Amino acid sequence: MRYHRWFTPWVLVIPALAWLLVFNLWPSINTVILSFTNARPIGGGTFVGLKNFETLLHDEQLRWALLNSVIYMVVCLPFLTVLPLLLAVLVEKQLPGITFFRTAFYTPVVASAVVVALIWQWILDDRGLVNGLAEKLGIISGPLPFLSDQWLLLLSAISLTIWKGLGYYMIIYLAALGNVGRDLHEAAAVDGAGPLRRFVHITIPGVRGTMILISILISVSALRVFSELFILSGGKGGPGGRDNSVVMLIQQYSQGFEGNLGYASALSIVLFFVTVVPMLVLARLNRRGAEA
Amino acid sequence: MSVATSEPPKLDVRADSGTAPSRRRRRGSFGFNTISPREKVVRYVLLVFVLLITIGPFLWQLSTSLKGSGEDIYTRIPRLLPSQPTLDHYKAVTDTIPVWDYAKNSLVVAELVVGGNVIGSSLAGFALSRLQFRGRRIVLGLFLATLVLPGEVTIISQYVTVREFGLANTLFGVALPGMIGALNVLLMYNAFRALPIEVDQAAIVDGANAWQRFVYIGLPSVRGTISVVAIFAFIGAWDDFLWPLIVLTDPDKYTLTVGLQYLSGTFSNNPRLIAAGTMIAFIPIVIVFATLQRFFFKGVEEGAVKG
Repeated sequence: MRYHRWFTPWVLVIPALAWLLVFNLWPSINTVILSFTNARPIGGGTFVGLKNFETLLHDEQLRWALLNSVIYMVVCLPFLTVLPLLLAVLVEKQLPGITFFRTAFYTPVVASAVVVALIWQWILDDRGLVNGLAEKLGIISGPLPFLSDQWLLLLSAISLTIWKGLGYYMIIYLAALGNVGRDLHEAAAVDGAGPLRRFVHITIPGVRGTMILISILISVSALRVFSELFILSGGKGGPGGRDNSVVMLIQQYSQGFEGNLGYASALSIVLFFVTVVPMLVLARLNRRGAEA
Repeated sequence: MSVATSEPPKLDVRADSGTAPSRRRRRGSFGFNTISPREKVVRYVLLVFVLLITIGPFLWQLSTSLKGSGEDIYTRIPRLLPSQPTLDHYKAVTDTIPVWDYAKNSLVVAELVVGGNVIGSSLAGFALSRLQFRGRRIVLGLFLATLVLPGEVTIISQYVTVREFGLANTLFGVALPGMIGALNVLLMYNAFRALPIEVDQAAIVDGANAWQRFVYIGLPSVRGTISVVAIFAFIGAWDDFLWPLIVLTDPDKYTLTVGLQYLSGTFSNNPRLIAAGTMIAFIPIVIVFATLQRFFFKGVEEGAVKG
């Protein structure tokens, strides 16, 4: 039996539902429609068939962007799955001052990607902190071109992403560690298992589900990277535009007289498949792993 | 940054009074939790090491922003403490770009996004979890389905939609699409669901209508999750870069992140100036987070962030 008028729930749900339809559902459909047009940022556009998708096939910048995305994902995955877990174990124990450390470790997450990228740009500058220190210590003779070499720039952006992500995944692991049975650890300790063995045989299996979830989050966000590469490359996408990400290409085509929203939409569809496929694969692995 | 570093003892006391007692009770068996002095030292050494890595770059930027124009910032022997500390560059930034207007713009967007999300997602979350109605599961499924979709995929057609509304190049256009997030609706849905149904039934017996149950029973018991939603919405809006970059074309209307990028593109030869600009964007968000981190970490423990 219901204790409210039939329309009450709808009145409450309508605003959120309207937002969902107008700003999520309709844009997803419209992206597909737009990808068959040559719409411009100012407006207008006509149907051009599969032209955008043909252009995609020959787009050299897109090929670099996809390669960069794969490298991004492959490098970020191991670091961001393991390091935050170690951090979470480190901040899990209630020591005096631990809240300060937790908050401090989370600070890079709270800061805008633009802010931290500008900070790193200065640190990695030819005359910045890293090159200065390395030269002082005699590790290198001349400055390393962190921001102007194609591969070093990509690597710099990747390390920035890893540095900024540490705290975020640490917090997720921290929540998961709370659910790992305390008594298991105690029993193992009584049986003479050291901290390392307990970590491998109790902690890791205990947070396995979270680990899979986190690896999905990492892969998807690595493929969606934008601000770090954009700022570090000064908005130019590196030498010859070879350090673009897919999202950077989408942004480039979204503006100016050269802008082409139709092509940007076709790129968005590429991005959709690139991000959703690994997500499904990892989710599937998870299910199979759970059955075994 | 000065906030986070000067406040640790205070933060600590607050957190201890908030979370530690329950934890201690839970773990207090067999003295298993007592840490040997050696382990304690090792832990603190590691903690300080990680602290240097995470906070160091911010301190370096702060120091650069305070170094006098006559000081050699490129020196081979890096100095963290400025020898001629000055606030000149902060003044210079405000002369170069309208940085306070940008901050105000960011604040307007953030307020709209926080307000929209707190109101819209708690209303919808309440209806979806506490009221029976036909179509409930379908609506819930729709919200879940959108989580799979990365926002960047639809950003172009979202821009087209905002442009059709005549809101391109406006702050309202920047705020609008993010004003009710699907994830926040689901977070609120989860939070309301944790309430025992008997409370509702008792209220119904007492003659409370749906609105009264929402205001007097629902809302007070989900304050933790509401603050997590508000914190995330604020940080997300304040830090967002790609979307305002696409929507805004007029330099007068830039938000802080877009304005900073503009600053660094135009004055990339003066690291002190850019450093001062980044600190102006960074310090407010740190203050917000440092003052609210209690709620944030409590929300995490309640499971609001588990995804």
